[in-house]
Amino acid sequence: MTAIAEERDAYRASFERFAAAHAGSDPAWLRERRTAAMARFVEKGLPTARDEAWRHTPVAPLARPRFDPADPAARPPADALDRLLREGFRGSRLVFVNGRFSADLSSPGRAEAGIEVASLRELLRAQPDRVEPWLGRVCAGQVSVFADLNAAFAEDGAVVIVAPGQVVREPVLVAHLSAGNGNPSVSYPRSLVVARPGSECRVVETFTSPNGSSSLVNAVTEVVVEEGARVDHYKLQQEGEDQLHVAALAARLARDARLFDHSLALGAALSRNDIDVRFDGEGGECALHGLFVLDGRRVADTHSRIDHARPHCSSREHYRGIVDGQARGIFNGLVVVRPGAQKTDAFQMNQNLLLSRQALVHSTPQLQILADDVKCKHGSTTGQLDPAALFYLRSRGLSEPAARSLLTWAFASDIVRKMDVEPLRRIVERHLQAHLPGVSSLAEAVS
Amino acid sequence: MLEIKNLHAKAGESDILRGLDLTVSAGEVHAIMGPNGSGKSTLAHVLAGRPGYTVTAGEVIYKGKDLLGLAPEDRAREGVFLAFQYPVEIPGVSNVYFLKAATNAVRKHRGLPELDALDFLSLVKEKAKIVDLDEELVKRSVNEGFSGGEKKRNEIFQMAVLEPALAILDETDSGLDIDALRIVAEGVNRLRGPERAMIVVTHYQRLLNYIVPDFVHVLVDGRIVRSGGKEMALELEERGYAWLEKEPAAAAGR
Repeated sequence: MTAIAEERDAYRASFERFAAAHAGSDPAWLRERRTAAMARFVEKGLPTARDEAWRHTPVAPLARPRFDPADPAARPPADALDRLLREGFRGSRLVFVNGRFSADLSSPGRAEAGIEVASLRELLRAQPDRVEPWLGRVCAGQVSVFADLNAAFAEDGAVVIVAPGQVVREPVLVAHLSAGNGNPSVSYPRSLVVARPGSECRVVETFTSPNGSSSLVNAVTEVVVEEGARVDHYKLQQEGEDQLHVAALAARLARDARLFDHSLALGAALSRNDIDVRFDGEGGECALHGLFVLDGRRVADTHSRIDHARPHCSSREHYRGIVDGQARGIFNGLVVVRPGAQKTDAFQMNQNLLLSRQALVHSTPQLQILADDVKCKHGSTTGQLDPAALFYLRSRGLSEPAARSLLTWAFASDIVRKMDVEPLRRIVERHLQAHLPGVSSLAEAVS
Repeated sequence: MLEIKNLHAKAGESDILRGLDLTVSAGEVHAIMGPNGSGKSTLAHVLAGRPGYTVTAGEVIYKGKDLLGLAPEDRAREGVFLAFQYPVEIPGVSNVYFLKAATNAVRKHRGLPELDALDFLSLVKEKAKIVDLDEELVKRSVNEGFSGGEKKRNEIFQMAVLEPALAILDETDSGLDIDALRIVAEGVNRLRGPERAMIVVTHYQRLLNYIVPDFVHVLVDGRIVRSGGKEMALELEERGYAWLEKEPAAAAGR
């Protein structure tokens, strides 16, 4: 317990210094929200293995007593951004290095009409109250203590606000690049996506870092989907092999709002995603699709909560995991149907493919239904490649590695094909191509 | 082309093949008939190299090579093709990609240049006609959502594309209505040739009205108990298998 108290004190001391430094620049409402978030953290403290929500996740690396703030002046590898751009992202982009906006690498100005794309830090400076209605109100203590820490310390991130009725076709790229020097450091990117009534947009968040930068990214993304609006949010986590990644996505859906979230966890030593979606109006629709591909000793954990607080909403959740080596995948999906949320239609599925004997998945789909006129289904399967399918492919002349690769890719592609952003699909294909020998073209291989 | 000598094999823990002898030459079509559980499908699977079967004695020489020593994919590349009794559905894997990968694996092994997408597509168009297979099916996932007849036609279509030297048809007639059977049999007949041998495994004589074999063998308890010409199939149709099950192994392997 002393260690935990120590960490708490370290964070508290760090916050006092932070608050003093920001006293002059932050608007009052933001100072209040930071202080409240810090109070929540102090009350709850860092999680331990005894916390139900962290039972299968090795939390120790995240509970180190000290992470230095990541150096915002650090330079990411020269090709870090190009590797994304050359896949064909053409819309406006915001680039963050260790959580801090990089004007040099960004080009927010290419946004189409009707959409504001800005750095949170710059926006707070120019229009201190612009994001007041939303920032810190969607992800407000219900998600995890790491989200509270983010709320206390976050200084920068992406802000995307789409004007009422505007339909923005080109996806906005929000690229988070980490560049560490090997010392444990932390960054707190915080993004906000607001789709005003009747608008539509697509936002792609990427988190990438080279191997050897052993830092912690503690990210929060808040999504506000107003009446009749639609947001497609994509997240690619392709961090280096020593990286720690903790992230929260919190979304609120108004009447007839739609949210489509796609999450790809391909890297990091340890990644944890908390997703919290709440229907605040009738007729909402959300889909959460995710894929984690793990090898070595990586751990990827997704905890999602979909709150059917209003009737006549539908949710679809489909996560797939491919786990090799001694890696571990964790999926915990909770669907809550509140009293009175009649005609809820919820479907949840988690399917996992284990490629080695030591690979492990903990899968816990959960339904908590407090209304009586609903349609809810969930399921979970974990298994190996189908030996009958393997033999079928080999009996036609495909080598065993090629047959295994093809079946593995087919398993992944069920999620990948749902992503309507081609550059992102290409990134996943490229990533998997490197891990799947014997398939000449992954793009062609799937139907 | 193929010489099976005293083949003994287990499926899992049970002894299924108990001393099977069979010689097949290029250009010949051999029918293997027999009651359920006699070892027909085991023979087909052992020849294709399916895991789960153990050969405990005997040998199989294919084109002068020890067939049993080859991995399934190497057998395929050497020209062995098994048309499955139950073709496997593989969601997500494109039929056409799979077949192109297979074709090029086989071509590479034979020292032929790989086919590019365009050449392969025209090959597919040509071969799909042989079994009247809808080209839309070719683009879909392997066997996924195919009817029983479509699956069997897809097997023969794959055979047409891969042009094997030795084709083993495992109960290709099972589950087919007469129209589908006719289409499949016609496809098979078009692939008969002086360089190609076929082993047609079937429980029913009906298929042999359409694919007329050069030789018929009856498999009982893992051994060939009787061999003869095509007319023997009719005799079996009339008399059933029971009378042979009582006879000791005789005149085996033609």
